[in-house]
Amino acid sequence: MTVPFVFEKPLGMRDTLPVLYDLKTNIRQRIQGVTETWGYRFMNTPTLEYYETVGDASAILDQQLFKLLDQRGKTLVLRPDMTAPIARVAASSLKHEPFPLRLAYDSNVFRAQEDEGGKPAEFEQIGVELIGDGTTSADAEVIALMAEVLNKAGLEEYQIAIGHVGFIQELFLSIVGNEERAATLRRFLYEKNYVGYRRHVREMALSSIDQKRLMALLTLRGDGSKLSEAIELLPTDKGEKVLSDLRTLLDTLDSYGVAHRVKFDFTLVSHMSYYTGVVFEGYANNLGVPLSNGGRYDELLSRFNRPAQATGFGIRLDHLTEALNPKREELLPAAIIFSPERKKEAIQQATERRSKGEKVVMQELSGIKDLDAYSEGFEDVVYMIGKNGRGTM
Amino acid sequence: MLTMAMPKGRIFEEAVGLLRKAGYRLPPEFDDSRKLILEIEEENLRFILAKPMDVPTYVEHGVADVGIAGKDVMLEEERNVYEVLDLKISGCYLAVAGITDKPLTGVAPKIATKYPNVASNYFREQGEQVEIIKLNGSIELAPLIGLADRIVDIVSTGRTLKENGLMETAFIEPITSRFIVNPVSYRTKDRVIDDMVERLSAVVEGVDDYEDR
Repeated sequence: MTVPFVFEKPLGMRDTLPVLYDLKTNIRQRIQGVTETWGYRFMNTPTLEYYETVGDASAILDQQLFKLLDQRGKTLVLRPDMTAPIARVAASSLKHEPFPLRLAYDSNVFRAQEDEGGKPAEFEQIGVELIGDGTTSADAEVIALMAEVLNKAGLEEYQIAIGHVGFIQELFLSIVGNEERAATLRRFLYEKNYVGYRRHVREMALSSIDQKRLMALLTLRGDGSKLSEAIELLPTDKGEKVLSDLRTLLDTLDSYGVAHRVKFDFTLVSHMSYYTGVVFEGYANNLGVPLSNGGRYDELLSRFNRPAQATGFGIRLDHLTEALNPKREELLPAAIIFSPERKKEAIQQATERRSKGEKVVMQELSGIKDLDAYSEGFEDVVYMIGKNGRGTM
Repeated sequence: MLTMAMPKGRIFEEAVGLLRKAGYRLPPEFDDSRKLILEIEEENLRFILAKPMDVPTYVEHGVADVGIAGKDVMLEEERNVYEVLDLKISGCYLAVAGITDKPLTGVAPKIATKYPNVASNYFREQGEQVEIIKLNGSIELAPLIGLADRIVDIVSTGRTLKENGLMETAFIEPITSRFIVNPVSYRTKDRVIDDMVERLSAVVEGVDDYEDR
């Protein structure tokens, strides 16, 4: 006979207990508040989507998708990210609304974990998408909003790294000539294997100048001064365009007052293959995983037949909560413990206090097994017991 | 403070030697301490001593900022960490070995190994169907008493294989130790880490990967 896994949950699935729920609600409300003041409208999409539409477009590795079949045998996925579903909506239900669209979401996304615990397979993501705007101002707006959201959530120490996948692509193509060889190089960066990257570059039949350019890419990390180094690596028209855009971006972020949070890092490549331009990640100083990420995805919307340039970001609420490490300032409710003969009076008092916004628990005495242990969970306890007994004990 | 995960055992001494050569002042008692956490205040460094196979795990989760791990472990664990520098220490290689070098027969030959991912990837690439048996040590025992037809393991001198009457049947890939970095620390503690990479790469022997900077 099999023993049921009463307390077991599928790998990566978590319960959110009341205290944590409270903390998250608090953070969530602050983030939503800020996002709304920037004119972004919140929306929801279904948890299940078709594999061919959203699953395929989402660029999450296939083995990380939770897949199931509907009654007619069509493959469905639990949405692995929100960008692809929102792109679908922007191109269908909202197709008559003029661009640019400013949309926001707060939803759970699902990514299957293969190996071990410590990484949730379902997590809440809060983010925005700015669709139909290809300007540098749009890139700056989403980065500045992400910073503002982190500020308002109460995070004091954080940094944002900005990279540009278009720059990397242009550099690789201008040196190695074709997409296949560029993809090999990109793969080393994506796998974070710099040892392999350098070895591969040394083994390629390239001039020593080109080898140096490829090697130097790995050191393009730092403040705005790195932009001048970058221009030396890629003195093409497209390279100059990218770098002057990044300069404008930095100026704009300065106007928003967040430039001090920002560093450039041209080695930043995301696992999301749909990014085409500026990419960025947010890091808290006390957390080993990125808090948030985002970037420009100018090709995704054309998969849904409404070509548009777009950019956005997503913040992992679980990671943000961990980084904030907030104190457990749970406001305990009050309790009215009553016996049946004074039930009416108890209800009156509870109703009155609740209408003032107080948290009040009503509990009949005979339902409690251990009175001392039970009453510890409350801010104060009012007893309404016996025919004539008076109020508080 | 920067936290560095160090592998206990074989690689440890060589790694400590490399750090000293790179100018890090590590006290003499460092070498034979039994403590699992060592703080070197004057260098603003904290070392944690972990099983070699676990080093990338500590670094991926960010409880260690950087670490030293064998390429064999990196291949097996496939952790989300930056592999920044080849330290060229503890050189060895991954190989297949068996009692004979006659081709594998049978429907599903059995392979014993500490590296189930590496082994199954290798045999998949060869187009051979095998069954992997995970062992935790003394892998050479498996073919001798009939648990497996082949083993996949790291070989440094080949002496253990020879003394147990085994022969190498295939070379998989060369292995050295790597300097690895947590993706967030790589950005938030970039100055300290870049400095460390520079100092280490200056003392790494042989062709210098980093000289092209």
